[in-house]
Amino acid sequence: MVGRSFVDMNPQGEFRTAEQVLALAPDAPSRKAGSKLATPGPWSDTGDGEGAVWGLCAGSGSTPYRTVVDLSGASGPAFNCSCPSRKFPCKHALGLLLLRASDEAAVRAGGEPPEWARSWLSGRRLRAERAAKAEPGAATAEGEAEAEAAGAAGAEAGRAAARRRADQRARRMADGARELEHRLADLLRAGLASADRGGYGQWEETAARMVDAQAPGLAARVRELAAVPASGDGWPSRMLAECALLHTLAQGFLHLDGLPEPLAATVRSRVGLTTDTAELLATGEPVRDDWLILAQRDADDGRLTTRRVWLHGRNTGRMALLLSYGAAGRAPELSLPVGLSLDADLVYYPAARPLRAALATRHAPPRAAAGPPPGTDVATALARYGDALRDDPWLDAWPVVLDDVIPAPDAELGWQLADARTESALPVDPRCADRTGLWQLAAVSGGEPVTVFGDCGHAGFTPLTTWAPEAVPL
Amino acid sequence: MADKTTTTATTWEDLVAAALLGTGRRTPPVPPRPGQDGAAALLDAAAVETVRRRAGLLPAVVRHRPPVVPTDQRPPLPPAARSRLAMLLADRAGPAGGSRRGTAPDLTELLPQWLAAANQHGYRAPAALLPALLDAARGRTDLRAEALTLAGPRALWLARLNPQWKFALRSGLAVDWTPAPALPTGPGYDEAAERTWQEGLFAERVALLTALRRRDPDAARALLATTWSTERAEDRLMFVDALREGLSARDEPFLEQALADRSRNVRATSAELLSGLPGSALAARMARRARSCLALDFHEPRIVVEAPHECDSAMQRDGIVAKPPSGRGERSWWLGQLVEAAPLAQWSERFGSRSAAEIVALPVADGWRPDLHAAWCRAAVRQRNAEWSRALLGPPASPPAAEEASWQDPAKLLSALPPGERAAWVAAFISVHGLSEAFRLLGVCAVPWSEPLGRAVVDALDIARDAGSYPWSFSGVMGLAERCLDPEQADRLEVLTAQPDEPENGSPGAAGYWSEAFQRLVGTLRLRATMRRELTPTPRQRP
Repeated sequence: MVGRSFVDMNPQGEFRTAEQVLALAPDAPSRKAGSKLATPGPWSDTGDGEGAVWGLCAGSGSTPYRTVVDLSGASGPAFNCSCPSRKFPCKHALGLLLLRASDEAAVRAGGEPPEWARSWLSGRRLRAERAAKAEPGAATAEGEAEAEAAGAAGAEAGRAAARRRADQRARRMADGARELEHRLADLLRAGLASADRGGYGQWEETAARMVDAQAPGLAARVRELAAVPASGDGWPSRMLAECALLHTLAQGFLHLDGLPEPLAATVRSRVGLTTDTAELLATGEPVRDDWLILAQRDADDGRLTTRRVWLHGRNTGRMALLLSYGAAGRAPELSLPVGLSLDADLVYYPAARPLRAALATRHAPPRAAAGPPPGTDVATALARYGDALRDDPWLDAWPVVLDDVIPAPDAELGWQLADARTESALPVDPRCADRTGLWQLAAVSGGEPVTVFGDCGHAGFTPLTTWAPEAVPL
Repeated sequence: MADKTTTTATTWEDLVAAALLGTGRRTPPVPPRPGQDGAAALLDAAAVETVRRRAGLLPAVVRHRPPVVPTDQRPPLPPAARSRLAMLLADRAGPAGGSRRGTAPDLTELLPQWLAAANQHGYRAPAALLPALLDAARGRTDLRAEALTLAGPRALWLARLNPQWKFALRSGLAVDWTPAPALPTGPGYDEAAERTWQEGLFAERVALLTALRRRDPDAARALLATTWSTERAEDRLMFVDALREGLSARDEPFLEQALADRSRNVRATSAELLSGLPGSALAARMARRARSCLALDFHEPRIVVEAPHECDSAMQRDGIVAKPPSGRGERSWWLGQLVEAAPLAQWSERFGSRSAAEIVALPVADGWRPDLHAAWCRAAVRQRNAEWSRALLGPPASPPAAEEASWQDPAKLLSALPPGERAAWVAAFISVHGLSEAFRLLGVCAVPWSEPLGRAVVDALDIARDAGSYPWSFSGVMGLAERCLDPEQADRLEVLTAQPDEPENGSPGAAGYWSEAFQRLVGTLRLRATMRRELTPTPRQRP
């Protein structure tokens, strides 16, 4: 990527539309604040050239803020602003990109960065270049920082210590899994009816024990159990199903050696043992394809924002899921505009049914894509999920593209996606009932068949994107 | 989703029942492996069954399908305008942080004019933005008409599915969007419109009548006449009020008949509508009555007033309210109503071929002037008479007299003047009196403001700044200027955004705030220019 001519950058490329820019924002207030700065008023000395965008933004103080965005990096845009905001990117960077997206005349193209911008840009690019030389391949990857840290010349002593730590953690996790098994057996002996009386507190305590045992995957599942008794009719059935799957997971972890390697990998990741991304990128087999960016969705639990990006390979036909995390108030670093296509190498995490992947090398900026990938009907979508369960029984859902379905709103009995040709329908996951996205889907459809991408699982279908004919995130 | 029929002897329900009760109380239906306890065996069996059930999920049966939305032939928004709408709607949650407005434009305030401009081009809203658009229109009634026009038939289709958007069905547009056969002359008219009129809810019927009136005033009146005698009094009032739009001499027979209505409010509204038709019989009757009350004193040119001594039944039938509000004399009350309803054109002849301005300038005997002029003002507004409005407004430079301020409503009188003249009058008024009284007057001026008006407002703001006051004393006018100034003025205003030295006796920090306010003004104007450009159809798009 180094030395790529900036002039060649596709004008339809990244951050030319407001949607793409807004996807960078860490939260809703930032989006709003950024939108407000997307007017020429506060800006002066703006420019766009050599792969960067810059400008001076008048704030409440007497000195304007200096804002620079470097768009040339292979791992996404980088931002620099002299404002004191801890948000990242700050509203000035967002406003500047929005201004450029909305009003070409407002940001002069083809200029040269002024000195204050150039010093930051050249410093940054020099570092990136050095990193790329030092570790070709890894430096452009998602786990740039981790790779650097791991690549420290700690040598043998460090590795031995790491092994010791790993063994210790495995022992702790096994203790945790055994304790969980006791807890589940006690529950089944006393009867699920007692879980209703036990309330949240018991499960919270067990979850805390799992955290102590360094098994965050188990802890998360235990925490979900706590909510089941309050989930309405049929809760004992759901409780038994979730307890049974948790039991199988704990058993799987306690008998890892007896499992075939792909299933063992699935169990490890579900229990909470993470695979080192840098190592994965260095050793895993890259899959190059034109990856259509199907959906991007953030979940925020107050401490951490988890961003999921779903991809579909045009040539391989494979689905992939990228995860990216951001601390509260910061957007996850990875942002890919939905509806565009990305020529890139992915490396799948080892699993019995691989889905999660890491982004390795991007061969070009995202560009316009033809449209949705070929879809399936309702019955096939369910069969796909069923098929995936054979490899990974803990899967709650599997991503599919549905063709020719008609969203049918129903506040009482729940929404359905009705097959346009048969009498088959998929219920929409009741947990999406309150989302505007569902109504957007209905609006786009207008009673006529649409293509929908989403997660299809035992709780129903969660719509994530539709096409009208451009991609519409739901 | 339905489960495939279970083939194993132990069903899922058996397992759930056993789990609910507890293996300690009853032996579970699944035998444990050697060395395994009953609870673990139950969990094992439940895990197998859970995965089996999930893997064997079958589709559900379609309960119902929504109807298909009628086609909307209007062209889609250009891409940039589409993004703009998304941004304007995203901002509608309210201004960010605190009361200070900062330098950034207030996007929420620009939504109404964006919608109006988009509708002038005849675009349709992108389907994916309809939920946000409907939510916006639900919260702000001032947006509704334009938002629903842009949203079109698809929004009504959505509103029938989502009770939160029911308001959309109540608007008159609900009928405008019914397919072409609903036209009153078309063959489908009887079926669609007629059924709504005969069987619909009150709101639907008002909506139908309003929409039909807009398209074919005579047909609307004819439709109303078919059921008039059987309508309830409060419904009749709403229906007769719907005739206000598109009022013409052809409505006179119907309204004349309605003067005999059982309901006082229906009579009053009918009379008011008739008096707005200067050629109507009611107007002629009012003219005769009013003329007998006013005369010109030839010895010394002045108007002599002889207020009516009684309010007979004929007057009451014509809409004159006999009982005055408390604190007002009967005779002046009657006089006011007569003059208000009488055609203004007759006074010139009555007062020796004088013009409106000359008549207004005449002295009035015995202190009747405030009553008489107030009635003339109301008449000028009701009859939309520019000559009289101009005369009653007087020159903009003259200070509004305290005595007259109570009855004179310049904003209303202005609305009867042609737009150019209106703007010129307000511009002149502001140059003399400043901005403190100007807010309502500016509100009736056509947008974007004409060049002289814009300059007058900006000059006045500049003067206010030099005087050292804070900009928020003028935030109302400032907000109007952001929305109404011609965007072409932005460059000319640029100089005002510089932060000048503090004036000697100015309020501390005011200069900085003014510079900020002017930055926002310029920024908003630039944004409006961009928005306008974005809405211009690209050559590739069909108009």
